[in-house]
Amino acid sequence: MSAPEKIEAPVQVEDHGLLRFLTCGSVDDGKSTLIGRLLFDTKAILADTLQAIERTSQKRGTGAIDLSLLTDGLQAEREQGITIDVAYRYFSTGTRKYIIADAPGHEQYTRNMVTAASTANLAIILVDARKGVLTQTRRHSTLAHLVGIPHLLVAINKMDLVDYSEQTFAKIKADYLEFAARQGIADVRFIPLSALNGDMVVERGERLNWYDGPTLIEILETTPAAHTEHAEPFRFPVQYVCRPQDSANPELHDYRGFMGQVESGSIQVGDAVTVLPSGRRTTVKAVHLGGVDIGRAITEQSVTLLLSDEIDISRGDMIVKRAEAPTPVKEIRATVCWLSETPMDRARTYLIRHTTREVKARLAAIAHRLDVNTQEKMPAEQLAMNDIAQVELKLAQPIFADPYTVNRSTGAFILIDESNNNTVGAGMIL
Amino acid sequence: MTAPLTQHTLSHLDWLEAEAIHIMREVAGQCANPVLLFSGGKDSICLLRLAEKAFRPGRFPFPLLHIDTGHNYREVIEFRDRRAAELGERLIVRSVEASMARGTVVLKHPGESRNKHQSVTLLEAIEEFGFDCCIGGARRDEEKARAKERIMSFRDEFGQWDPKNQRPELWNLYNARVHKGENIRAFPISNWTEMDVWQYIEREHLELPSLYFAHTRPVVLRQGALVPVDVPLVTGELTNRPKAGEEILEKRVRFRTVGDISCTAPVESDADTVEKIVLETATTPLTERGATRLDDQTSEASMEQRKKEGYF
Repeated sequence: MSAPEKIEAPVQVEDHGLLRFLTCGSVDDGKSTLIGRLLFDTKAILADTLQAIERTSQKRGTGAIDLSLLTDGLQAEREQGITIDVAYRYFSTGTRKYIIADAPGHEQYTRNMVTAASTANLAIILVDARKGVLTQTRRHSTLAHLVGIPHLLVAINKMDLVDYSEQTFAKIKADYLEFAARQGIADVRFIPLSALNGDMVVERGERLNWYDGPTLIEILETTPAAHTEHAEPFRFPVQYVCRPQDSANPELHDYRGFMGQVESGSIQVGDAVTVLPSGRRTTVKAVHLGGVDIGRAITEQSVTLLLSDEIDISRGDMIVKRAEAPTPVKEIRATVCWLSETPMDRARTYLIRHTTREVKARLAAIAHRLDVNTQEKMPAEQLAMNDIAQVELKLAQPIFADPYTVNRSTGAFILIDESNNNTVGAGMIL
Repeated sequence: MTAPLTQHTLSHLDWLEAEAIHIMREVAGQCANPVLLFSGGKDSICLLRLAEKAFRPGRFPFPLLHIDTGHNYREVIEFRDRRAAELGERLIVRSVEASMARGTVVLKHPGESRNKHQSVTLLEAIEEFGFDCCIGGARRDEEKARAKERIMSFRDEFGQWDPKNQRPELWNLYNARVHKGENIRAFPISNWTEMDVWQYIEREHLELPSLYFAHTRPVVLRQGALVPVDVPLVTGELTNRPKAGEEILEKRVRFRTVGDISCTAPVESDADTVEKIVLETATTPLTERGATRLDDQTSEASMEQRKKEGYF
């Protein structure tokens, strides 16, 4: 075996955290080529993977190496030559780790795109420079906006097929901005690309000199990684209660640790807190991670809170700062995406999972359904798979919610069908 | 102190750690009788550290389970037992050889790899103890079927994964609900890459079995891979005897992945410290499984196929 040639990939030197982003578009827009290009130019594809793709490309007679093969994983997808499910891909630069959620583009996979979008902080919406803004572009943008992805990037691809024309880019940008203004989409950027030739992806190339903005990778490197850049109210849903009850160790005898992830805001020792739903008040005695007191915790950290007073708290309760408590609600208005092949049944109750809390829910009314292609609001009697609708739900017990546009964690929920325990709906509280 | 307007963000390892802790606590909060699969390999060693971070000073809310093919490296088995004892957690071992004795595992021929047969023994253990969730150290970057698997992956009462009928998984709202007999496989380090694992091992100063570091051992060249030969088992018996005509080479190697002896191969390397391995991982031209797993190269869909049959 000859020693394989070494390639230089960057070792993480500084750490600018982790960015999750979504790519939407179809193979026709060059989405797989773009992902392939990003992985290839950041040295995330290794030789044996490339060889496997080469073998498969030859076997199927597609000729040139088909980078789209990198992103279809399942047998059924290979058989049909399409992407059905969301695939996750990873790469890293010298400073940042990236998770790509690669969502299939077709209308019937709306639920997959909503799934992929739920954890993304940036969406790349691919547009074929020859075709401009299409129904699909508007659908993807509507969904990305609906699911609250804070940063949208319209990547106008295949610039090589329109002679790298600045006018074409400007026309598409103007068309898109007109649509975006109607939809209330504010944070949107534009970039011309040729994923095939690698122009403006990782390298600038020579052919788009009229464009003086950042390359795709520069945009990714500088997009804020946190879900929000604002100071947010502290929200700490309790996942699990630690009571070691170790009689041999007096320090642990009365230990009660409330375990969870900081969904938003921050907390430090001494902060005055309220526990929901009981409304009991106390202060934070310690913030532990792995048994060590770290004094303070910020958004997305998983920690254990110790409180000054002995209060009965269990999974599903929420610890908040006293001055910024959310209102408990038993009736909610929400945008729901229906995910199940079985339509929503108005006569049935479902289980709603909101943070770590589970309560029974019933559909009270459907205000309207949203046509994701035309952005029109239509009357609706029921919800079928991939439908998106504004609804009213009645809950058996209160939840402690914030509007989704304000807080993507405490504004989100899923619906579960108890008969088979499937996740059947995804909701965003209005 | 006033709250800053711009929040800090976590480093990538802190973020991955926080996510994994959250997933483990969701398992503890939602499942009645979970178990953590611990093989003594690097990924499950990370899982143990994450469980410490998630649950200490309490005990883990689950025992540890190892499905032993009987063809595991002695160093790894010794490490497994020692680590479990150090943590003071309960370790359950169930063996493929016991399934063979019961007749539930039948090898096609005595030399057949026992790796895929772990599924049978795992399902038997799940039934014996009534586990409703198995926490495993699989990562999405390992293999293309894994790239599409959920963090909480539903298995029916036959342990089967149905890739076309997976539960949608949104935000960090995991659904681990099952009916009796069904099962969830939970993967807290789904979003980690091989590099992340090594960086975490480095940061946390985690101890590993010696096989992960460069050492000299006899190997033969078989189908393009270095295959270790004359490997002593826990019993002292030698396994993987060289075939007639094969030339035994003394090579300096390390393992990137450690599993059943019959299907994991080492790579040539001089990296004898975690720091050197991190550097080597950054410059390797081959993927972890491509370099070292003999079981995944059989067909394009071999991992997917095994997972449908109950493999983790």
